[in-house]
Amino acid sequence: MASGIKGQDREDAVAGWLFMTPALIVFIVFLIIPIIFALYFSLTDWNGISPPAEANWVGLDNYQTVLLEGGIRQSDFFKALKNTTYFAIGVVPLQTILSLLLAVIINQRLLRYKEFFRTAYYFPSITSSVAISLIFLFLYQRSGLVNNALEFLTFGAWEPVAWMSDARGLFHIILEALGVTLRDGPEFLRGELLGLTVWDWISGPSVALMAIMIMNTWTTIGTMMIIFVAALQDIPGSVYEAAQVDGATAWPTFRRITVPLLRPTIFFVVTLGLIGTYQVFDQIYVMSSGGPAKTTLTMAYMVYRNGFRNSEMGLGAAIAILLFVIIFVLTLIQRRITGSEAEQ
Amino acid sequence: MASISPTIAETPAQEVDWTARLRLILSYAILFLLAFTFLYPFLLTVTTSLKTLPEINENPVALIPETWTLEGYLAMQNLNVGRWMFNSAFVALAITVGNVLFASMAGYALARIPFPGGNLLFLTILGTMMIPGIVLLIPMFIILKQVNFIDTYMGLIFPKVTTAFGVFLMKQFFESIPKDLEEAARIDGANRLQMFFRVILPIARPALIALIIFTFQGAWNDFMFPLIVISVRQELYTLPLGLAVLRGGLGESLQWNAILAGSLVTTLPMAVIFIFFQRYFLEGISYTGLKG
Repeated sequence: MASGIKGQDREDAVAGWLFMTPALIVFIVFLIIPIIFALYFSLTDWNGISPPAEANWVGLDNYQTVLLEGGIRQSDFFKALKNTTYFAIGVVPLQTILSLLLAVIINQRLLRYKEFFRTAYYFPSITSSVAISLIFLFLYQRSGLVNNALEFLTFGAWEPVAWMSDARGLFHIILEALGVTLRDGPEFLRGELLGLTVWDWISGPSVALMAIMIMNTWTTIGTMMIIFVAALQDIPGSVYEAAQVDGATAWPTFRRITVPLLRPTIFFVVTLGLIGTYQVFDQIYVMSSGGPAKTTLTMAYMVYRNGFRNSEMGLGAAIAILLFVIIFVLTLIQRRITGSEAEQ
Repeated sequence: MASISPTIAETPAQEVDWTARLRLILSYAILFLLAFTFLYPFLLTVTTSLKTLPEINENPVALIPETWTLEGYLAMQNLNVGRWMFNSAFVALAITVGNVLFASMAGYALARIPFPGGNLLFLTILGTMMIPGIVLLIPMFIILKQVNFIDTYMGLIFPKVTTAFGVFLMKQFFESIPKDLEEAARIDGANRLQMFFRVILPIARPALIALIIFTFQGAWNDFMFPLIVISVRQELYTLPLGLAVLRGGLGESLQWNAILAGSLVTTLPMAVIFIFFQRYFLEGISYTGLKG
């Protein structure tokens, strides 16, 4: 029956490739070729309007412009990198910790109305980012709900802020409250590094950026909580019973048992968070267009702005490639830190 | 209730002491407070969309309108929102149908048909999931321009009609179903295609529902991609794209009732789907989360 087996092999090979064909066409045309194009066009001066074939080869010029050459493109790039990094540093830990705590609270055996809570928390995750951004734009007005709620909670001590037009950085606000300003602070604050002054680098996220960070955390917590709840339900109850017999109370149980057992899930959630925050775009486009004073200019928004608005597709492509490298390296680093060997 | 559930009945009474009770009360307090902060903004959005503009400007935090009006919805109407809604629905449906069919075919081949190059193919597809969407924005635009897909439905649909994530999800699922079923079908003389459509797809229901939901949700809410595909033909805008225009297109002072009405119209279809298929959303999320 050797020929029968051979016939089966051939039939499988044909069937396999046939089943793959539609997916393959889409992947090759809209995924593989674009990846190659992204690299190629980052080495050209294409403007997005003339035929792409007429673009001139400029070598590493675009990379040099944003990384090394002094000028507005370099300072914009590092502003965007700085803003995006503050965004990620704020949002990723916040949403990971909050969603984990929420999952632990919601997962308690005796708790009721679980369905309702999960539904309420997950709801923002299913809505369009554009719609959410517009709703928050409304809430963040000077006379809007957010200021109103903060005033109520602080018994009137809160000074209303025009959230989306406030360019002051968080750390600048703190430093100035402590009496340190750019003018009479130490000399090194005025020193320049990669197109920005040291003072600029240590600004922290601006009030406007923080407003978007809070909104972002609010919308993603639900999804991450669901992921954590699913992982928590996979931990056998006997583990906790053993801890209870040993007399462990809530906090040590959480720290010594829950967190280590959730390590792969935490790695997954942090990775998702990093990839998401480093690409933040929709919210910026709708709420701030990078302003005020470029304090919400993020890397993804800069790719769009320079590529499509300023007709610098080559430069935009180069920034996109750099962003990819940054995300890739960060994922590797965080894999080290979270020690995801447990995952395999 | 407690006597029905064996796990609760087994809990010794003294274990539910006052610390546990206190913790439970505290948990409820936190959870309800948080649920309130999650739902109140939506509630305020609903009522504000039914207010008059002067009233909103005077007091943007009052929950109940003094005069109820459909002004906002009518202003929104002037901007072709009906057409945008049709576009969103059409594009999202087309993408969903395509992805469900093509991703499950590819997933089936990778999971069940031993063919040369299959493994390498799977690894490549897995690798592309690492590429951030923003990196592909500019090259995608170039390709769409070259094939004249800019400002067309084809441009909105084609590039999204199969996702690497979909292939991955379906492959994982097909690997978990027993091989006996296919053997039985094979003995009955079914070929691969018949096997796939008559035997495999019907039992893949839970995975397919998860895939349908994620694909539809992703396509319905997508903003960045339609933004580059549609440049001048406003009648081809999807809802999120139109909404972003609505923000700027209504003059200097923002017409909040119209903007919030538009946000609600965009949110409502997903909300209805979510309420009816909640279980699948949550199962789907946890399913993919664990596999990550």
